[in-house]
Amino acid sequence: MVFIRYMTARLVLPALFCVLLTSGPAYSEGPLDEGMGLLNNKCADCHDLKGPAAATLEDFLSRKGPDLFYAGVKYRKEWLSQWLVSPKRIRPAGFRYSENIKRVSGEDDMVDLGALKPHMALSREMAKLAAATLMSFKANEELVKKNALTDAPADAFMGELNFDKFSGCLACHEIEPEYGGVSGPEVYTISERLQPDFIYSYLKSPQSFDPKTFMPDKELSENFLQILTKFMLTLEEDEEDDEGEGE
Amino acid sequence: MTLINRSVAGALLFSAAFIFLTSLSAYGVDAKLIYRTYCTQCHGLDGSGKGVNTESMSVQPRDHTDPKGMSAISDAQLRKAIAKGGLSVSKSVLMPPWGATFNDEELDALVSYLRELCKCSE
Repeated sequence: MVFIRYMTARLVLPALFCVLLTSGPAYSEGPLDEGMGLLNNKCADCHDLKGPAAATLEDFLSRKGPDLFYAGVKYRKEWLSQWLVSPKRIRPAGFRYSENIKRVSGEDDMVDLGALKPHMALSREMAKLAAATLMSFKANEELVKKNALTDAPADAFMGELNFDKFSGCLACHEIEPEYGGVSGPEVYTISERLQPDFIYSYLKSPQSFDPKTFMPDKELSENFLQILTKFMLTLEEDEEDDEGEGE
Repeated sequence: MTLINRSVAGALLFSAAFIFLTSLSAYGVDAKLIYRTYCTQCHGLDGSGKGVNTESMSVQPRDHTDPKGMSAISDAQLRKAIAKGGLSVSKSVLMPPWGATFNDEELDALVSYLRELCKCSE
């Protein structure tokens, strides 16, 4: 009996103490808490993790990266965790094009490549944790129409015609590398990056998600919303172009 | 004489304050910043229509610094083109409607700013 007490005091209790220490109270509430710590540490300086969206132009312009407080209804988890490991620029003129362009006498304005800042990269483990945590951010869920797309197949010809001519999306968005406007995000990688229901809902009313965004509300009809969303989802990136990194 | 001078000075001061306050209510918004944020992507940093997006555009954006072209457009037409898009004034679809983005005050301020850019009136 004395031996058992001795063993308990000298071996079992310290061992138990060590286990408690290594499991740690910081991780006791689950991996999302750990993920929040990571996001607060690495991402919060440039991204809004809590919302709401900017209500004034000054607030809008003070944000250095996309709002992430509704990341869970916007992004695809697999893409997030891969992109965070090797970030590649999505907007050719950066997150705020107006801060990254320069005048060229007699010519069109140009992207000031020197002004573009790269996005930090995370380790595979950190990226996985960040992506899992971001996917739990479900603000604006009520703005996203569930199963928004009909069963009618995408029409590539009508889709491109609509994107380019009828709705004028090409003015600001690249439909393939180096073809299209540069102030908005490229759309040829949209199927990898974003959830279809979000694309549809954002096209329908960008200002519902971000009142000050420089993506205008094109007042698209239901037919155009279906055509455009499905068309963009059929686009794929040309593997030749994989240079550059950042937002 | 002194009384007259004082009255004139008072009236001038009152007028200046009135003009300042009314211009604030109409243009309290920073039209130049709005233009830079939303319009320069197509119309260019200097408003000449040479924006960073224009290379792939089938119809080139309007030169806002062209006094002749701009003076041919009324303030009402400019406002309509901004709020409801190019198609609403029989122009290109590439000019999108910004009615969901700008409020009435911002639209008025933008029209006034366009008149500054073109150094012209309707």
